[in-house]
This record gives sequence, C-alpha cells and structure tokens, in this order.
Amino acid sequence: MAALTRSRRARAWSALVLLLAAVYFVAPLAASFVFTVDIPGKGLDWSAYTQLLGAPGFGAALLRSLGLGAATILITLLLVVPAMVAIRLRPGRLAAVVEVVCTLPLVVPPIAFVAGISTVLQLGPNQLATTPLYSTFLAVQDTDFPVALVLAYVILALPFVHRSLDAGLRTLDVPTLTEAARSCGANSWQVLFRVLLPNLRSALSSAAFLTLALVLGEYTVARILNFETFPVWIVKVSGDYARLSVAVSLLSLLITWLLLLVVAGAGTRPKESP
Amino acid sequence: MADAVVAPLPGPEAVTVPGRARARTRSGGRAALLASAPLLLFAAVFFGLPLLAVLVGAFSVTDRKTDTTSFTTAHLAHSLQGPYWTAMVSSIRLSAITAFLGIVLGTLLAQAVVASRVRGLRTVVTTASGVLANFGGVPLAFAFIATLGISGVVTQLFRLDSLGWSLYTETGLAVVYLYFLVPLMVLVIAPALDGLRPQWREAAANCGASPWRFWRHVGLPVLAPSLLGGFVLLFGTAFAAYATAAAMVGAALPLVTLQIADALSGNVLVGQEGVALALALDMVIVALLVMAVYLPLQRRSARWLR
Repeated sequence: MAALTRSRRARAWSALVLLLAAVYFVAPLAASFVFTVDIPGKGLDWSAYTQLLGAPGFGAALLRSLGLGAATILITLLLVVPAMVAIRLRPGRLAAVVEVVCTLPLVVPPIAFVAGISTVLQLGPNQLATTPLYSTFLAVQDTDFPVALVLAYVILALPFVHRSLDAGLRTLDVPTLTEAARSCGANSWQVLFRVLLPNLRSALSSAAFLTLALVLGEYTVARILNFETFPVWIVKVSGDYARLSVAVSLLSLLITWLLLLVVAGAGTRPKESP
Repeated sequence: MADAVVAPLPGPEAVTVPGRARARTRSGGRAALLASAPLLLFAAVFFGLPLLAVLVGAFSVTDRKTDTTSFTTAHLAHSLQGPYWTAMVSSIRLSAITAFLGIVLGTLLAQAVVASRVRGLRTVVTTASGVLANFGGVPLAFAFIATLGISGVVTQLFRLDSLGWSLYTETGLAVVYLYFLVPLMVLVIAPALDGLRPQWREAAANCGASPWRFWRHVGLPVLAPSLLGGFVLLFGTAFAAYATAAAMVGAALPLVTLQIADALSGNVLVGQEGVALALALDMVIVALLVMAVYLPLQRRSARWLR
C-alpha cells in the first residue's frame, strides 16, 4: 500500500515536472507568435510577416548566409571526408591527430577565436600593404561574399561534421568494402564515389544540415568582423522594427529546428538497424 | 600488426612478399597522410594562426612611432584588474549559477522522462533536447524579449514589471541561458539515469532503505561523475555564450565575452586590442581547464553506461 501511494506520488511529481518543462519551453515561442500578430489595442495584424520580404536588406542578408553555408559545407566535406576515410583504412597516430584537430574548435570560445582572426586580418593594412598578399587580404574581406567568414565557419563546423561522419563510418566496414571494390577492379576514386560515399549518404546529409544550421545562426564571428549575415541583420533591424525582428527570429528558429529534426530523424535509423 | 593482416599465404612468392607488403603499408600510410594533409594544413593555418595571434598579441606591445614590438605582461595584468576583472568574475558567477541550476533542473526533467511510462515521450524529449541544446543565439534572445522583455507578452499579461521583473539583468539572462542549458543536461544525464538499474532500487528497498536513502547512498554516488561532467560542460557553454547576451543586453551587463567584443569592435582606445587578446587568452585558459576536468570525468562515467 505504502509502495503504491509512493509510486503514485512519484508519478504525480514527474507529471508536474514535465508540465512545467513544457510550459517553459513552449511559452517563449507561443508568446513570440502572439507578440508578432497582436498589437495591443488594435487587434490582429499580420503585417510583420507580410512586410518581411520587402524589408530592406532581408533578401541580401539571407542569400549571403545561405551562400556562406553552401561554401562552408562544400569545403568542410572536401577536407574532412578524405581524411576520415583514410584514417579508417589506416588507423593509427594520424587518427588521433585528426580527432584532436576536429574537437579543438569546440573547446576554444568563438569570441576568442574571432579575436585572433581580427588581429590577423589587421596585419593586412598594417604590415603587408606593400606586398601582393595585401590584395588577397582585401579579397577575403569582400563584404558581398566574405571568404574570411567561410574559412572561420569551416573551422567551427569541423566538430559537427567530424561527429556525424564518424558515426556514419562506424556503421561501415571500410577496409572490407574497399578491398572488395578493389578486387572488382575499382580504382581509388571509384571506391570513394561509387562505394563509400553512397553508403555514407545519411551521415553526409546530416553533416551538411548541421553545418547549414550553424552558419545560418552564427552571430559572434560575423558581428565582430562586421559582415552583415542573417543574424547580424536581425539584430540591426530590431531597433526600428521590433515586431519584424521577432517574426524573423521565430521563423529562423523554426527553420533551424526543422533542419536539425531532419538530422535527428536520419541519425536514429542506422542506430536501430544492427 | 597491419603487415600480418595483408601478408598472403606462404607460397612460391613467399620470399618476395613481406617486402612488398611492407612497401604497400608504407605507401598506404603515405596515402592516408596525403588524404588528411589538406585538413591538417587548413586547420593549422586558419585555426592555428588566429590562436597564435591571440597568444602573441596578449604578450606584446607595438610602439607606433618606432614600429617596434616588445614583450609585455601588462595586457594580461590589465585584463585581471578593474572592470575587466569584474566582468570575468561576473561571467564566472553567471556561468556557475546557470550551470548549477541547469544540472538540477535537467536531471529532474530527465528523471521524470525516464520514469514516465508514456510511450514515445523519451524519443520526443531527447530529439527536442538535441535540437534546443545546440543552437540558441540571436533568435532565442528575441523570442525571450518578445516574451519577458519590457513590452513582452507575458510581462504585460501578468504585470511582471510592477513586481520588479526585468529581463535585462543577470537573473533574466540566466532564465534565457537555461533554455539551452537544461536540454544539454538532459542529453548528458539521460544515459546515466538509464544506467541506474531498477534492481539496485529494489535491492535497496528490500533492505529497508527509503527513496531518500537510496538516492543518498546509491543513486547520487553513481551519478556523481555525470553530474560533475555535466556541470563542467554547462559551465563552459554558458561561459562562452556571446550572441544571446549581446542581442539581449548589449553591453549593459559586465560579461567577459561582451567586453572582448567591445574592445575589438572599432571605437576603442589605443591599446585596448592587446587587452582584448589577453581577455581572449584568459577565456581559452578557463576553457582548457574546464576540458581538463571534463574529459576524465566523462571517461569515468562512461564506465557505468555499458
């Protein structure tokens, strides 16, 4: 009897905890939505959403962020995939080095990283003004498509890409697959593109989505280096158009979460199969 | 060891084979190095150089007239004094408080989920946690401004401002930080809670132990490494957070990340740059200390999860 009431009380407790958690996590989203459509004293108003496309700078900033995301995904995968496949084939000291290199960006706070980047970029005008490197420094900081941001984002994306590719590669027997393909007469490129990469499709797409979500939400580096990416634009317009900035925030949160849910959905499948 | 695997059966060619096998291994190793070289080179240049710049910049001062650079510890000393020290202390305090609240609330939530018999709840909560824990930033800050800010919906609804509520304080920031710290803790602690076997609880109950005694003598000691590891991880996350704080409070609160950004972005006094880099170095050192505590703890708690 005592045990029964205790377990009932425990269940009531956990229901209460879950309820409070649900309120805490849903409230900001619900309240933000109300904030964007309900003007006190005037009633429903959807203008925050209808103004969105015409808002100054919205399209440019969003396209810039998407472009940066695409470039970051491309470069990160080009760098990480060959390295990780190779260390699967030849595990050893190199594997440990690659893992450390891919984890370190998680340890260093982004603000410290960008402090270093901005110092390096200032070397351009200060020290290298007379050398041909100077024009490279300028090109890298082009405001329409800041390559400097792509380089920084590739570093920030390394831990996420490494983690999802590592999870994907764990489900494969890379040496056996490679040897099998080799004995069928495939060359290295065919092994990579016709055998390994198709098997890694879900890991690759989750790496790409994570990177895209990272780039779309990244504020610290872009803000310090003074490039107008999507999050920087949201903060910039918040002063003049409070409702608009909240509407955009809400949309971008939902889109990011949708991207990440796709990743989570793709990630659970291989785990359940073995 | 690898040679033994590739060495074929002994036969007429046996004499020549070992040499060939070794050659293949070596060229394989070279191929692996070649395949990882772009990654390592890229990281060395675009990650290594900025970090080197932080290190060098934190310890050097350039005389603008003579254009000579000399070694100094003044920046570092400066970064641990006055307003900078205040910011460091309040960053550490905020991170410690939010990390502590995060592990308590996260553990409670995870325990409620693990204990609950609702089907599919576990999957929903872990997936949602994975999503919420990773990306907060600017949109999250604005969502909270719309909710609990001065003209926020909930603030207006419950007249919270007349109760003295303000989002733009340390308390307000803590409420926002918990939005991504609690899910992070759920992710960390849920596997550890699974590791608490029901048999242990039954055994404790058979010996006459109350639930409190079970948690005091069995549950918490088993969870301790995960809890500590979680604390350290949450601390590091809160400590490094910049976007949320910047979008919410601007520079109104003294936080290390905001101070660095302030000193870096344009309108600064001469010489501030060195202090910014020294502060960045301080942060990296704190982050490394945090990692040095976290990794062994994680290894220890992994022992219980088998």
